[in-house]
Amino acid sequence: MLKRHISKVLLLLVYIYLYTPIFILIGNSFNASKYGLKWNGFTTKWYELLWNNDTLLQAAFNSITIAVFASSIAVAIGTLGAVALFKHQFKGKKFISGLLFVVMMSPDIVMAISLLALFIILGLELGFVTLLISHITFCIPFVVITVYSRLSNFDNAILEAGKDLGATEATIFKRIILPIAKPAIIASWLLSFTLSLDDVIVSSFVTGPSFEVLPLKIYSMVKVGVSPEVNALATMMILISISFVIAAALINKSDKSV
Amino acid sequence: MNNSSMFKRFSIGILLVWLSVFVLLPNLMIIVTSFLTRDDANLISLTFTLDNYVRLFDPLYFKVLTHSVYMASIATFICLIIGYPFAYTISQLPKKIRPILLFLIIVPFWTNSLIRTYGIKVLLAKKGLLNALLLNLHIIDEPLRMMYTEFAVIFALVYILLPFMILPLYSSIEKIDKSLIEAAKDLGASKFTTFLKVELPLTLPGIIAGMLLVFLPAMGMFYIADLVGGAKNLLIGNTIKTQFLNIRDWPFGSAASITLTVFMAGLLFFYYKVGKSIKNRGNNA
Repeated sequence: MLKRHISKVLLLLVYIYLYTPIFILIGNSFNASKYGLKWNGFTTKWYELLWNNDTLLQAAFNSITIAVFASSIAVAIGTLGAVALFKHQFKGKKFISGLLFVVMMSPDIVMAISLLALFIILGLELGFVTLLISHITFCIPFVVITVYSRLSNFDNAILEAGKDLGATEATIFKRIILPIAKPAIIASWLLSFTLSLDDVIVSSFVTGPSFEVLPLKIYSMVKVGVSPEVNALATMMILISISFVIAAALINKSDKSV
Repeated sequence: MNNSSMFKRFSIGILLVWLSVFVLLPNLMIIVTSFLTRDDANLISLTFTLDNYVRLFDPLYFKVLTHSVYMASIATFICLIIGYPFAYTISQLPKKIRPILLFLIIVPFWTNSLIRTYGIKVLLAKKGLLNALLLNLHIIDEPLRMMYTEFAVIFALVYILLPFMILPLYSSIEKIDKSLIEAAKDLGASKFTTFLKVELPLTLPGIIAGMLLVFLPAMGMFYIADLVGGAKNLLIGNTIKTQFLNIRDWPFGSAASITLTVFMAGLLFFYYKVGKSIKNRGNNA
């Protein structure tokens, strides 16, 4: 009996530990006190300040632009790749899986400096393009794995049947594979979007002053000291992330009934 | 060439080219750079040297290296101590509520870790919530200085990385064949013996996977050390970042990151070996 209670207390404590800092931020975003140490009454002035902070809004806009492009391109490349890996045996299959594994397992910082080195050697100016390439690169393995594991739950016989009935490769892709993989494709788009929006480590290396993104902006604001606008911004980002994760989970769940 | 093989070639080709140009090539470049010499004008000059690796043992950097390994290890260990009973408890709960509890673990993991680190900063501040709580409970008489200490870095690392420990542990605990536990019980093993001799060995791959997933990223998270650790509690990630962005000593920064990668690869190889030997034992039994 006592044991049961102990384990329940443990669960509760871990959840409190995980959520307290998040709730503090959300609470402070409505707190009139600048330093957020005491409750000085409800306010929305930090949200107003945020709304009037042009550089921050520009950074937010840049981040969302990158996230939309990076996740869309990563999903396109990753889905095509996952389908090819699933359907065909070909030379270099191991090579591709090996490189995907390298991206997944190498620390973000190693990836960041290697891409930076590449961009400098190629003479690319650090900014939109370099950031986009980097974000696409770290999203791709994620897409491939999600889509691939979705496809591997399906019977290959459907593809054979399609082929026997005279469908071309492109028709099979469009009419059979895409509908099957759709939930995984949408889920991996949403998750790539959050990955891109949340990245700090890679972005701090591969973008330049001409193209500032939100996490870096937040990083520099937070480093200097307390700025309550960050709380308001953080609250909004948390809400966006959470709703995306919930959407992805729901979409992925609905696929089981297919 | 017909249409279908064009399509296939296109799908494979684009992924292959992308990964070769943006993963393989840059990594090779870093490996090469780590053996070259620094040059003030052109960043690097093409003179072969092992000096960058030797310099890692310079007390100045070696201290950061060992301290960073130390902090990451403690964080990993704490994650395991909290994560194992946690995952175990969840696996014992009714199937209906498990997904919700796991989902609640994943949500913070998908929210910006920088923002959550900032939340930690507010929590641990001298006049922050944790100090206020401890003062009110009369556990301490005056506020503790928690920010900019080793404690703060480890606290934040555990906070950010705990889900990476819990998820693999849960999946390995959940997979245990319940009949094995029944069998142990029938043969008269106590609960503790059953845990030690049956459950623990069977979940070893999950334990090691979780430890790797916490330990490896922990050493690179420079922003955590920056925000809550102060100048004395740096991670390897901070060294690499400084070498690349501030001091602009690319060869040395490359050597540091190659060392980190090789270290990781070694751990992964160990994981692979352990997983294999457990499988073999299962087959022989």
